[in-house]
Amino acid sequence: MTPGLDHFLTVGALLFCLGLIVALSKRNAIGVLMGIELMLNAVNVTLLAFHRFTESANPVAGQTFVVFVITVAAAEAAVALALAVSFYRNRETVDVDRINLLRS
Amino acid sequence: MALEGFGPAFAFWLLSAITLISAGGVMMARNLLHAVLFLIVTFIGVAGFFILLSAEFIAMAQVVIYVGAVAVLILFAILLTPRSARDNSETVWGAPAALLSIALAAVLIFVIHDTAWSETNSFQAPSVEDLGRALLSTWVLPFQLASVLLTAALIGAIMLVRSPEEEAEDALS
Repeated sequence: MTPGLDHFLTVGALLFCLGLIVALSKRNAIGVLMGIELMLNAVNVTLLAFHRFTESANPVAGQTFVVFVITVAAAEAAVALALAVSFYRNRETVDVDRINLLRS
Repeated sequence: MALEGFGPAFAFWLLSAITLISAGGVMMARNLLHAVLFLIVTFIGVAGFFILLSAEFIAMAQVVIYVGAVAVLILFAILLTPRSARDNSETVWGAPAALLSIALAAVLIFVIHDTAWSETNSFQAPSVEDLGRALLSTWVLPFQLASVLLTAALIGAIMLVRSPEEEAEDALS
């Protein structure tokens, strides 16, 4: 069976859904971040699959978009992990259920 | 045009198995450090997909940025929070999240297989030179904005993790 566009899109969709489970259900804030990284990777697979298999007036647009997604993902990871370390310093936990300072 | 021949098909199914099983490992691993190791395998599998989709530069960037920087950053963050729980357990939202994700996966897979995608028969892989020219001509404004974003994120991350003693020293000087 030769892999076509729908196969790559299916892998991207499954990877996105696994990332969604991880991001929604983990107790540890760093675990939640890992789920978000999985989802961003799945989106990149989908973007590059469309880039490879469909007609486009601008043939580099798909790859350019993925470059920007990777850039934003790296910035987001740095800030999120700095937040986790900073919060751990103040409260000695990174458990998302116990990060409830703003709850009245 | 699909990827012809035995090699790409074999690579696709092998990479699918590696990527999805290790992504499942991120979900199932009880120890957070094991979850990071599974995450690294997933990143490498996704880089393999990028090579299969003839985006070699993106695959290289994926390995350098995700495996080299993001995974190491996550490992640092785990090791810098030593007394917090190492376990990777679920909150009470585990079952609803799983149900939601399975429903979303079902909808997405139905749509993917139900749509008649207009696949092209003449794909010309753009070279790295084309990508560089596009980044510095057509998309030069988003490119510059991305660099500003990275600088802001870098400064923000450094400010967030400064200890109170360092801030006191800076206030004195």
